[in-house]
Amino acid sequence: MSSAPPIERTPLPAIDADQAIVVILGFIRSQLEQTGFERLVVGLSGGVDSATVAFLAARAIGPEQVLAVSMPYRASASEAEQDARLVVESIGCRSERVEITPMVDPMLALLDGEDAGLRVRRGNVMARQRMIVLYDRSVAFDALVAGTSNKTEALLGYGTLHGDMACALAPIGDLYKSQLRAVAGRLGVPERILAKPPSADLWPGQTDEDELGATYDDLDRILFALVDRRWSVERCVAAGLDADLVAWVVQRVARNEFKRQLPPVAKLSLRTPGIDHLYPRRRPGSRRAS
Amino acid sequence: MEYRIGLAQYAPRLAEVDANLELANGWLRRAAGDGAQLVAFPELALSGYLLSDLIPEVAMHASDPRLIELSRAAPAVLVAIGFVEETDDHRYCNSAALLRGGTLIGVHRKVYLPTYGLFDEGRFTRHGDQIRTHPVGEPLGRIGLSICEDFWHPSLPMLQAQDGASLLLNLAAGPARAPGSAAGLAAIAGWHKMQDTYALLGTVGVAFCNRVGNEEGLSFWGGSRLVAADGSTIAEGPLYEEALVIGSLETDDLRMQRYSLPLLADERLELVRRELDRIVAERAGMPEAVEEA
Repeated sequence: MSSAPPIERTPLPAIDADQAIVVILGFIRSQLEQTGFERLVVGLSGGVDSATVAFLAARAIGPEQVLAVSMPYRASASEAEQDARLVVESIGCRSERVEITPMVDPMLALLDGEDAGLRVRRGNVMARQRMIVLYDRSVAFDALVAGTSNKTEALLGYGTLHGDMACALAPIGDLYKSQLRAVAGRLGVPERILAKPPSADLWPGQTDEDELGATYDDLDRILFALVDRRWSVERCVAAGLDADLVAWVVQRVARNEFKRQLPPVAKLSLRTPGIDHLYPRRRPGSRRAS
Repeated sequence: MEYRIGLAQYAPRLAEVDANLELANGWLRRAAGDGAQLVAFPELALSGYLLSDLIPEVAMHASDPRLIELSRAAPAVLVAIGFVEETDDHRYCNSAALLRGGTLIGVHRKVYLPTYGLFDEGRFTRHGDQIRTHPVGEPLGRIGLSICEDFWHPSLPMLQAQDGASLLLNLAAGPARAPGSAAGLAAIAGWHKMQDTYALLGTVGVAFCNRVGNEEGLSFWGGSRLVAADGSTIAEGPLYEEALVIGSLETDDLRMQRYSLPLLADERLELVRRELDRIVAERAGMPEAVEEA
């Protein structure tokens, strides 16, 4: 007697990688067409997210139209930079290396550098300094900045506002980390990059999963249940998800809502941008003059 | 008799009505050149979809000379096209015009405006109040127009089948969600099930013209489709790419199909109406109406 395998009650979010790639490539091309740009800048960390965006960008518009910028800090892992180079070599795009140490350290030295929050502050300054470099290179290269944040990070608020979250378009912003890995594999992102533990690389030995206190797979199972399936906390726990981790995720998603939205505007007039003055951002007149 | 239908699965430019009229004109001529007797365009083909406060800027009356002129580009061809309609009393509707040779045959105003999830149509447009069919001459007789979400309410296609339509024509702007998923209303598979089911239960042809292209973060999935009254697929377009999807309905089949499977004729319309009246009365909290029944 045979029986069907049991249905997993709290699965990882599935994805049809081939269709997702088709959709994202169309998205990238149309965003460029609608804004009047032909090129993209991507900040490369050596990790799977930025590698995936670089692969997608090269596939969408051709590698010669893509500038990958690697921006190491003095404490960055040397393997990260090697992996960034591997991405550039794999897709044959243009690349630049801009070390951010001489931008970050003097700024922190000017301010109180010894307080307890230094590690967080330094991480934020690094992320925002990279943003400044990317936006500068985007003008020099006549390009838009492609974002490298994924859905897991966005929901958990695991990113720096006006830092690594800053971009003109977000090609992988609706892919959970686990889905992103499937897409990356399909795109041919090198195995070495797929296999290594994800890291924000803000201090030596840091890994995302240590810092978040859970694996991306566990987080994705919970987020998929809470967000996409709209399950209650009770249902998540009854289905076998870890109660403490579910509670932590719920709190984290709520606390970071502000990172996913524009700041609130104090309503005074009859028509207020973002409230009742509502227009698509790409429309007649929004394309820059060629 | 073979009746040739073209589905112009194209990507309108957002809020560029004149540019879209020109694009539509090109697709219409191409389809007419391929022998199409009916050419359908997507929902909001002349304006694009995510308009929000651009609605008044792109709206036109159903009698707008630009629409009339478009239909003259291939005067023998029946044209169904989506646009933002401004009525005489300034209601803004998501509408479909049916034209031929410079004559406006009819208009369908989208009855069901999705205002949930990613959709916000009810905020910017007003719903239509009629579910009708339109006379288009032999061999089709009458066709029933609908727009995208209208098809997710089975009462609408079934009313049109009862009202004499031999073809249900749905113009759509369907954004892709959970691409590749086989389950759920968002999935392409859901649209296929629905089209096949309406064709089969209404013993009626079904034509579905869905746009492609991208607006903001949305990707419209295309996959336009022509289904025969027995539920078999006659033609199907590619996903996400512009295409002219062409196929022929064999209109002579309908006579024997409806003899073999007299579902429409057997429908108990009086009974349906009585039960609907009862349900409506109960929902409105009118128990006396229930007791009367």
